[in-house]
Amino acid sequence: MKHETDGGDVPLLQLLTPDGTRVTTRGTKQYRDLAADLTPDRLRAMYHDMVLTRRFDEEATALQRQGELALYAPARGQEAAQVGSAHALRPQDYVFPSYREHGVLQVRGVDPVDRLRFYRGSDHGGWDPNEHNVQMYTVVIGAQALHAVGYAMGMQRDGVVGTGDDAVDAAVVTYFGDGATSQGDVSEALVFASVNNSPVVFFCQNNQWAISVPTSKQTKVPLYRRGEGFGVPGVRVDGNDVLAVYAATTEALQRARRGDGPTFIEAYTYRMGAHTTSDDPTRYRTSEQEELWAGRDPIARLEALLRAEGALDEAFLTDLAADAEVLAERVRTETRKLHPGSATTIFDDVYATPHSIVAEDRAWFESFEAGEPPAGPVSAHTPAHPQGGTR
Amino acid sequence: MTTTAERRETTMPSGTRTLTLAKAINEGLRRALANDPKVLLMGEDIGPLGGVFRVTDGLQEEFGEDRVVDTPLAESGILGTAIGLALRGYRPVCEIQFDGFVFPAFNQITTQLAKLRYRSRGAVGAPVVVRIPYGGGIGAVEHHSESPEALFAHTPGLRIVTPATPQDAYTMIQEAITSPDPVIFFEPKGRYWSKGEVDLDAPVGSATLNAAKVVRAGTDVTLVAYGPTVATALKSAEALEVEGRSAEVVDLRAISPIDTATIVDSVRKTGRCVVIHEAPMYFGAGAEIAARVTEECFYSLEAPVLRVGGFHIPYPVAKLEHDYLPSVDRVLDAVDRAFAH
Repeated sequence: MKHETDGGDVPLLQLLTPDGTRVTTRGTKQYRDLAADLTPDRLRAMYHDMVLTRRFDEEATALQRQGELALYAPARGQEAAQVGSAHALRPQDYVFPSYREHGVLQVRGVDPVDRLRFYRGSDHGGWDPNEHNVQMYTVVIGAQALHAVGYAMGMQRDGVVGTGDDAVDAAVVTYFGDGATSQGDVSEALVFASVNNSPVVFFCQNNQWAISVPTSKQTKVPLYRRGEGFGVPGVRVDGNDVLAVYAATTEALQRARRGDGPTFIEAYTYRMGAHTTSDDPTRYRTSEQEELWAGRDPIARLEALLRAEGALDEAFLTDLAADAEVLAERVRTETRKLHPGSATTIFDDVYATPHSIVAEDRAWFESFEAGEPPAGPVSAHTPAHPQGGTR
Repeated sequence: MTTTAERRETTMPSGTRTLTLAKAINEGLRRALANDPKVLLMGEDIGPLGGVFRVTDGLQEEFGEDRVVDTPLAESGILGTAIGLALRGYRPVCEIQFDGFVFPAFNQITTQLAKLRYRSRGAVGAPVVVRIPYGGGIGAVEHHSESPEALFAHTPGLRIVTPATPQDAYTMIQEAITSPDPVIFFEPKGRYWSKGEVDLDAPVGSATLNAAKVVRAGTDVTLVAYGPTVATALKSAEALEVEGRSAEVVDLRAISPIDTATIVDSVRKTGRCVVIHEAPMYFGAGAEIAARVTEECFYSLEAPVLRVGGFHIPYPVAKLEHDYLPSVDRVLDAVDRAFAH
């Protein structure tokens, strides 16, 4: 059975061919104009972030293999989708990621070691969301799309949409994958965003595999059309083309910040690595497919463009290699040191205000850890009888 | 969208009034909306209709559509967007139309809302209130009479409360809204039309989120109830008095956390404890109370802790619900059994 989602006749916004050549096709002028903002400096900055994201990926994967991380979800192959879209953000915009957006975090300035706290199992979060306007990773698939819409509804109420002031107008981007589009929460998010005309960009990285299940088993209609019935316009962009991703996201963000409502972007890409370090892609996909996509590597594509346009000088490459080494060294040494703190910290921040059940559990645990005699009844009450209870 | 809802200047009523429990919540919501511009109400049919139980009657007209929001018909969507609004600094109060309709939002409540503060080590929180009319006795069809409080009480990170009187309803809804923690606010819908005195100037702190209340003093048996069964417990206590038995009635108010101290103080005095709730007894709040009382009052107990509650069956058809719901007769039977030990 042929699925429309496989590609072929489906339109794909592309400004850069896989060999790194700029292309001009009918109907893409508005995007070419937006990408024209990208000076050699900005392109080099994107390249820098993409290379560092991949290096981070390699180091994190190695750390997992050494037993230093509980798990890791590589972003390899999705660097253009993540870095290109994140470069379209302004500081006041807000991001609601899933759990693979290491390239977005790189651009937003979230510390590389903090990014691994979650995967090491020393934290459930890892960073203060309001420091970089990036929420923590969300593991329950698609749940964050609704949070993004609610946050955008708050921006509307705060009067930071459609003022015309670039320093004020703000929007939200939520990232999710092809599998997440099957979740009810993503559809509900499209409903709420649409009827509220909220400033949200739904950024779907269609990496073609939801763990082992291909996109053809998630949808019969190309994903960029998912928003149509909800009144949310969609665009399908070559997710390995950083120029096209940047242009499409910039357009969607401008629209959102203006007060013209949400957009759905399908970034058509490929998860070059495993779903996570616990996955075995050889059980469900072919090496031919992997080789095909290895030839569409997003980093190689941007590098080819930069070389062709004379924008990659040796000094830059030397600095970049040094930056990558610094990042790698830091990730290798600092991640090993991550520790959640004392065992009693498991009782912290369950509630903002005192909760007697947590308090009694903590008190019992502390006395148990201290090797004190059985604490008796778990509540703060004086036992009626000295024998009390046991746990 | 207007950033400041246009509305006429409101003077809040003061003094003591006789209100139904539903109207008391309405007045509490009204005061919360007036006191804090970040408070928002969200739900299905809560605007011009005023909610299917009219709990939000008149509030959209008074505070505008941006603050009293008729949402799309999607409970996960309501809770998920409320979380986002809370992360942006708002204080959403979500109405779930009926107990049986909360389950599409169960994922957002248990995996997201309950854990945001914990996951972020206190960096962010989501002070969302979820109002759920619950309980039976109103002759309704399927999914309109359930008591799912134990499912939420089992989730760390949530506070679970339920008022039994108009005064508590008025105070507790305001305390729930000012709490920095997420609160599931169970409203005993069978008691919506019961009336009581409400002091509209009652102080709003946080006491009702943590503290049970002894609503009738007694010496021979402790009846622990909450929400809709407090009235049943009080009627039972009256009947017991005729029989020469003195029952103390504890209105739990908070199910998470349970105020163990108040229950224990009472049972150490009376030596007997009967817990009454509409929810199925199996793995219910009564089981937790029985465990706590047994652990802490073991040498004071004259009899095992007994429970009067729902059976392990789906909520039955309306025509038979009065055979299912805890009644005064069933409470008296449990007390008799406690005394027979």
